[in-house]
Amino acid sequence: MPSLANPTRFLDLAGRAIPWLTALTVVLFGAGLYLAFFVAPPDYQQGDTVRIMFVHVPAAWLALFGYMLIAAASLGTLIWRHPLADVAAKAAAPIGATFTFIALVTGSLWGKPMWGTYWVWDARLTSMLVLFLLYLGLIALWQAIEEPGRAGRAAAILALVGAINIPIIKFSVDWWNTLHQPASVVRLGGPTIDPSMLAPLVVMALAFTLLFVLLHLIAMRAEILRRRVRAMQLTQVEQAALVEA
Amino acid sequence: MRAALALLKRDVALAFREGGAIGTALGFYLVVVAITPLGLGPDLNLLSRIAPGMLWVALLLAALLSADRIFHNDYEDGALDVLITGKLPLPLVAAIKSLAHWLTTGVPLALLAPLLGLLLNLPAQASPHLVLAMLFGTPAVSFVAAIGASLTLGLKRSGLLLALLVLPLYVPVLIFGVATASAAIAGPASPWPPFLMLCALSLASMVLAPLAAAAALRTALR
Repeated sequence: MPSLANPTRFLDLAGRAIPWLTALTVVLFGAGLYLAFFVAPPDYQQGDTVRIMFVHVPAAWLALFGYMLIAAASLGTLIWRHPLADVAAKAAAPIGATFTFIALVTGSLWGKPMWGTYWVWDARLTSMLVLFLLYLGLIALWQAIEEPGRAGRAAAILALVGAINIPIIKFSVDWWNTLHQPASVVRLGGPTIDPSMLAPLVVMALAFTLLFVLLHLIAMRAEILRRRVRAMQLTQVEQAALVEA
Repeated sequence: MRAALALLKRDVALAFREGGAIGTALGFYLVVVAITPLGLGPDLNLLSRIAPGMLWVALLLAALLSADRIFHNDYEDGALDVLITGKLPLPLVAAIKSLAHWLTTGVPLALLAPLLGLLLNLPAQASPHLVLAMLFGTPAVSFVAAIGASLTLGLKRSGLLLALLVLPLYVPVLIFGVATASAAIAGPASPWPPFLMLCALSLASMVLAPLAAAAALRTALR
C-alpha cells in the first residue's frame, strides 16, 4: 500500500493493468452472458424472465460494494490522509450510483411480470433507493465544493454517516418479511439456489466485479490527471500575474 | 458547564430575537399542510389516513429550511472561529447548537402539529401519540440537520444541497414516526415499539452526529 500512495507509481501501475483487465473483463462477460442465456435452464415458475437475475443480482452486489469501498476510502482520507484515498472515493461514486441504478431498473423490469408491479415500497427496494440518493448526495457535495481537499474530507464525513444504510439494506429482507425474496446465495448454511443457475451467476458476478475495478481504475487515473491539469493551470495563472506585476 | 449553558442561552435568545426565525418555520409548516388538501381533494377519509405522514413530511421540510441557521450566522460574523479556538470542545459546541435548534424549531413544530392535524382530519385519539413521537423524534432531526449544515457551510446553493444530503438520512425517523401515529389510529399493533425505536434514533444521533458535525466544521474552517 505505501508504494501505491505515490500517484505517479499508481498511474504507471494502472496504465499497465488496464489493457489486461479489459481483455479479462470482455472474456468473462462473453462466457457469463453465454452461460446465462444458453446454458442456464429457465426457471420452472418464472420461465425465461429468471435470466434478469444474472444482471440484477451482480449489479446490486456491486452497488453495495461501491459504497463500502467509498466508506473504507473515507476512513483512509480522514485518519491516514492517504493521498489516493479521496481520489478513490470520488472516482467510485458515479460508478456505484450507476450500478445502483441498473439494479433498480432491472429489478423493476423483473418485478412487473413476477409481482405485477414495477415498484413496491418494500424494505429492500426502499433502502436501495436511499442508497441511490446517498450516492447522488455525495456526487453533489463533491461538485459543490471547489477546493479538492475540503471536498474530499467533507464527502468522507458524509459517506461514513451514510454507511449506516449498508447493513440495513443487506439485512432488510431478513428483518422485515417483504415481497423481495430473502438471501439465497450468500447465507449461513450454504446457497439455496440450484447449481445450474449458481455457476452462471458466479461468472457474471466476477465479470461485473472486474468491470467495476476496471472503470474505477480508469476514473481514478482521469481524476489524478484532472488534478494535475488544475495545479498546472493555477501555477500558470500565478506566473502570469507575477509577470504583469 | 457554565460556558455551555451560556452558549445555549445565547443561541435560543438569538433565534427568538432574530426577525421571524421561528415564525417563518411555523408559517412554512402551516402553508405546506394547508395546500395538501387542495392538491388531493377534500375527501376527509383520505386526509385522515395520510395525516400523520403529511404532518411528518411537512415538519421535516420546515426543520430543514431553518437548519442552515445552526451555524451560518456564526460563520458569517466570525463567532464560529472564536468557538473553535475556545475552551469548549467542538463536538460539544455542535451538540449545544443542535439542541438550541431543537428547542426553537423541533419543539414548536411538534406542538403546532395537533392544531394542523385538525385541518387534515387527524383522528383525535392519535394526536397525543403524534405530538409525543414528534417531541422525541425531532432531536434526531435537529442533530442530523447539523451534520448537513456544517458540511454545506459557506457553499453556494447550500439550501438545496442540504436537503439532498440530509433527507435520505431522515427515512428511519419518518418511518418510525409515522408508524407510531398510524398504530394509534388503526391498531391493532401497539404504538410503543416504533416509538421506542424513534427514541433510540434520537439518542444515537445526539451522541454521534455532533462528532461528525465537528469534523465537518474543522474541514470548512481550516
